[in-house]
Amino acid sequence: MSNSERPNQLFRNLNAKIASIPMVLTALVVFVGGTAWTVLYSFTNSKLLPRLNFVGLDQYHRLWSTSRWLVSIENLLIYGVISLVFSLVIGFLLAALLDQKIRFEDTFRTIFLYPFALSFIVTGLVWQWLLNPDFGVQRVVRDLGWTSFSFDPLYNSSIVIYGISIAALWQGTGLIMCLMLAGLRGIDEDIWKAARVDGIPAWKTYLFIIIPMMRPVFITTLVIIAAGIVKVYDLVVAQTSGGPGIASEVPAKYVYDYMFFAQNLGQGFAASTMMLLSVVIVIVPWAYLEFGGKKRG
Amino acid sequence: MADVASLSPGAEALRRGATGPSGPKPRHVLSRRNIFLYGTLIVVALYYLLPLYVMIVTSLKGMPEIRLGNIFSPPVEITFEPWVKAWATACTGLNCDGLSRGFWNSVRITVPSVILSIAIASVNGYALANWRFKGADTFFIILIVGAFIPYQVMIYPIVIILREIGIYGSLTGLVIVHSIFGMPILTLLFRNYFTSMPEELFRAARVDGAGFWGIYLRIMLPMSLPIFVVAIILQVTGIWNDFLFGVVYTRPDTYPMTVQLNNIVNSVQGVKEYNVNMAATILTGLVPLIVYFVSGKLFVRGIAAGAVKG
Repeated sequence: MSNSERPNQLFRNLNAKIASIPMVLTALVVFVGGTAWTVLYSFTNSKLLPRLNFVGLDQYHRLWSTSRWLVSIENLLIYGVISLVFSLVIGFLLAALLDQKIRFEDTFRTIFLYPFALSFIVTGLVWQWLLNPDFGVQRVVRDLGWTSFSFDPLYNSSIVIYGISIAALWQGTGLIMCLMLAGLRGIDEDIWKAARVDGIPAWKTYLFIIIPMMRPVFITTLVIIAAGIVKVYDLVVAQTSGGPGIASEVPAKYVYDYMFFAQNLGQGFAASTMMLLSVVIVIVPWAYLEFGGKKRG
Repeated sequence: MADVASLSPGAEALRRGATGPSGPKPRHVLSRRNIFLYGTLIVVALYYLLPLYVMIVTSLKGMPEIRLGNIFSPPVEITFEPWVKAWATACTGLNCDGLSRGFWNSVRITVPSVILSIAIASVNGYALANWRFKGADTFFIILIVGAFIPYQVMIYPIVIILREIGIYGSLTGLVIVHSIFGMPILTLLFRNYFTSMPEELFRAARVDGAGFWGIYLRIMLPMSLPIFVVAIILQVTGIWNDFLFGVVYTRPDTYPMTVQLNNIVNSVQGVKEYNVNMAATILTGLVPLIVYFVSGKLFVRGIAAGAVKG
């Protein structure tokens, strides 16, 4: 801004520099420093306290031969695919329905979005109650006369992760719907008119014209969903505490438990570094597409 | 409302006509398309409302009724005892003073965290927008990229830093942690907002001799109230709903409400009191729900911005 040259560079624009101290500290100490520290210590055999006693890739070897970690990764993949596919599809369909110039649009939007205001803990506990086999949906259907009906995802280790996904979708689709709706509203009305004049049916217009035009919205949404998937933690803690057994464990919970309960810091650091790696794999291509290439947006 | 709407197709046609000359064939309100459209929306809306309804009715029933009845049936005999118990006497470990402790802890965490994080980020965003210095953008990019790093990677180094300063386990420590992790999104929010303000305004104030803080306090602050409201909504719901930082950086007697709620509901000892659990769950969700219903459109703006945080 102020281009007047002054002798001392350091004290130029001093107030702005003072105002930026928290940002500089956060960026350098916490984000860069903290991340580097964790990655560095993931190569040590730290147990109760962090120690710089390097053991190479031992922690990673151990990590990938621990069944609990493998279950966590598998759960994360299933949960991730379900979240991605269903929240994109449901979010888009709801947004398309709301975009039909309907009445009470605000009411419907308010209803679809309110779960997003609730924490994962509250979400997890409500769905724990709804899916309780003795009192919840299963019991209600059985009382109606279908006595062999079985629906107890939270107590069945082979499908527990789907039970968690149900709760996650209930909580999160409203947000995706909102983003999609904003995207749909950004489409020029003339496109619709042109499609109507040409006699193209609405679903075809959506599929072949509108969705390709909304590519940037889809990419942003995809990144948001992906970042949320890797972080999933509180929902599992509230809904199942990782059970039955270790059937619904997730990586974020593995990290927390090894750092603060099992007192095996090295394992925790190695696991969190793997989480970082997975985010890098998602984010770098996106950042490249978004900011690297010439075609902006 | 629905009846009135279906009785006046004329008004409907008028409304459609007002949006543009798009509708050639006059549509009947009860067309097959409308039945399908509203039918789907209503069914989905009921599905979304169901958990809230079940929470409320369960919290108003007595335990015998819960054991015998159907979770979807309304309470035969309404009782507020579960609410009183959840608030005042429910136990977590040795503490038996209910969720009220967690509620006040959460208030003591949320209020200073919201104020501190917004103060830091707004001044910072203002510096980035109007007083750019060499290297500022580099730090800003690091900050934004850092928002995508999983918290798990940074929680332990922060534990060490807080322990060194001597505030690990205290509410002060947690407030600082919330301010740190709120910084990327809030700084982005404020920077973009201040950048979009007319440049002349800033120049005129400079000519009049106003300095960094003078311009911020007398011009930028009063002109940017909407973005402050968005930031407050974003932070109040985000910090109130936080679980991970609460469980890592506080001790049992300073646990925020979400952590205490989880401990009450998922405690293994004692008989499960589902009505108390649901009352406690509603109580914990009440603050963000009120923020949501009161703020309306601004909330949507806030989450659209906050969503970048992931």
